[in-house]
Amino acid sequence: MKQQSAPGGFRRLRGLIRKEFYQIVRDPSAIAIAFLMPVGLLILFGYGVSLDAKHVPIAIVVETPDAATADLTRSFERTEYFEPVRMADMSAAVDALTYHRVDAIVHLRGNFARRLHEEKGAPIGVVINGVDANTARLISGYMEGVWLNWLGDRARSEGTQLLTPVDLRQRIWFNAEVRSRNFLVPGLIAVIMTLIGALLTAMVMAREWERGTMEALLVTPATMGEIILGKLIPYFILGMGGMALSVAMALWVFDVPLRGSLWMLTGTSALFLLAALGMGLLISIVAKNQFIAGQIAIVVTFLPAFLLSGFLFDIGSMPVVVQYITHIVAARYFVAILQSVFLAGDIGSVILPNAAALVLLAAVFLGLSRKKARKRLE
Amino acid sequence: MLHRIIALTIKEILSLLKDKKSRFTIVVPPIVQLLVFGYAATYDLNDVPFAVYDEDRSVASRDLAAGFTGSPHFTLTHRITHQAEIADLIDRKAVLLAIHIGPDFSRDLLTGGGAQLQVIVDGRNSNTAMIALNYVREIVNRFNQAWLVKTGGREPPARLNIRAWYNANLESRWYIVPGIAGLLTLVVAMLVTALSVAREREQGTFDQLLVTPLRPVEILVGKALPGFMIGMAEATLIILIAVFWFEVPLRGSLAALYIGLFLFLMSGIGVGLMISSLSVTQQQGLLGAFLFLVPAVILSGFTTPIANMPAIVQKLTLLNPMRYFMVVLRGVFLEKAPWSLMISQYWPMALIGLATLTAAAWLFRHRIN
Repeated sequence: MKQQSAPGGFRRLRGLIRKEFYQIVRDPSAIAIAFLMPVGLLILFGYGVSLDAKHVPIAIVVETPDAATADLTRSFERTEYFEPVRMADMSAAVDALTYHRVDAIVHLRGNFARRLHEEKGAPIGVVINGVDANTARLISGYMEGVWLNWLGDRARSEGTQLLTPVDLRQRIWFNAEVRSRNFLVPGLIAVIMTLIGALLTAMVMAREWERGTMEALLVTPATMGEIILGKLIPYFILGMGGMALSVAMALWVFDVPLRGSLWMLTGTSALFLLAALGMGLLISIVAKNQFIAGQIAIVVTFLPAFLLSGFLFDIGSMPVVVQYITHIVAARYFVAILQSVFLAGDIGSVILPNAAALVLLAAVFLGLSRKKARKRLE
Repeated sequence: MLHRIIALTIKEILSLLKDKKSRFTIVVPPIVQLLVFGYAATYDLNDVPFAVYDEDRSVASRDLAAGFTGSPHFTLTHRITHQAEIADLIDRKAVLLAIHIGPDFSRDLLTGGGAQLQVIVDGRNSNTAMIALNYVREIVNRFNQAWLVKTGGREPPARLNIRAWYNANLESRWYIVPGIAGLLTLVVAMLVTALSVAREREQGTFDQLLVTPLRPVEILVGKALPGFMIGMAEATLIILIAVFWFEVPLRGSLAALYIGLFLFLMSGIGVGLMISSLSVTQQQGLLGAFLFLVPAVILSGFTTPIANMPAIVQKLTLLNPMRYFMVVLRGVFLEKAPWSLMISQYWPMALIGLATLTAAAWLFRHRIN
């Protein structure tokens, strides 16, 4: 008997999958989710999101223009990081800062040239709009760069050398030219795939319950496991298609290097997708109706994947309690894997633990889905 | 007319809040998320693990290394003795950066400078790498300054005197938490509106609503009001948490904040209702909600400045109500911004709100099935 039921189960599964595919084709929103969303969002964000500030507008106020101030002002004008505007006095500059027309003010007082020869040196007053602390830090770093260059030039023109006791040599591995796109694009793929996974499956079980078609499925010989698999397989195929499209765009549209292997990327993506789809299924089964499933999906997918995955914000710097919470966000593991596979290579000691965590999460989500769904039968 | 609107509003509120799961989803997660995200979303680095490879082992090199171990940003996790260990530690993310002090360090330092300090940093997240390098530069600058004073060298002829206004200690939490308040307000507006018409369409009750004496404007008001009430209440709670729990200063006027909040909710609800009345199924409504929510958040200047985006994307952000609300939030919380700056944020939100609400009301009757 058992031997006979196996091919029967396979035939039933095929039937369920075919049914799901018909439904997908009839309401094309699922296809839009899998293919249109990654393309649209990646183009928008790949070009739109950048942490590299250039041409920062700044105001320069020189109280008494002379050779020394002209020299320093030119240093600010030469760099591509700043877009300086000369202003007559501080009140005009403060006005520009208040109305966000400039992000910083450089202020050279009337006695600047004279104080250059004093022992303590002349102060270069800088005011930065500190609201965006990250950008403000970048700006103050750029300011220091300009200042050091100017000091070096000045020392050379006087026939001496600038005395710096310790000379800092920095090397940035895996992303030498510091393109923020190289880490943002893999991170965005993880966020987008989280959305796709949940969106594809969050509604499907709830829809069957809501419309009463689940009862119809339950009276067929198909088991709950087969029903769930019948839902999972078509959306898994769609999701992998979307993933392939995203990776192709990362490589050929955004020129992100792929230093690891394609099979590692495919394997880990499959694991992640299982976890993401599993979460969607669980939402769908717990919610019972589409309205609530949709609400839960909005709340638990996007923002956690965006803010708690380490894609933008360093997890190690978060408070310990929050670090624990990040462990239930599947995107966290996928971001770590993607950033390594794209930029560094197949590094087993990074990929294995993260892949294991994905397996665990997928098992938990799918296992819970199976259990909750079976309970509803009784 | 008024009592019809009130009756519809009550029905809408009941359909949102009578179900325990729906009530829970609308109220609890946004508050919990504010607390979690408020702590999580910061660009400041703490306790970054680093390795020291000190070949010099002199007083000076230990002095320099002490600058790192003493900093709250760094934690020394590995002292290494071979060059090859650096690659291994960084590859497996055991450390974010390694500092390498060569064998000639103290000799070069004593004979006139130019002693090299090599810093190798993991650039997989290049933003984190750049922030860490900024801290490194500060530490090295401090060491240099102290060394010059100690050895009687001449200080540079000019020095930078950098001050930051509005956020003197450059705490990124002050920047991020008001932003999260805006984010969660938008999420709540979407939760309440994006699926509401779609659900009624799918279940057929929307057609029943259309054949009642209710005019489209009345239906619109009845559908929008619960969103306003729930959104206002939750946003107030979120603002209270930002001020009293996260201790973000609130320097501007509450009136400026609430005018902005009202207009922002209006535009968010307008977009939500428009998406909802465009959709035939709830699946489409959910897709629409995400297709609006995700770009609205990422292209708002919440985490990455709009000024860094290419010109064409910057133009696109003009359609995003969130973009304006971010300026209002940060303007009121931190800058005590002037009214004229606020007004130039208010009217685009009002325009977006009016346009989308009108479109939603029109779509109620004209959506072709």
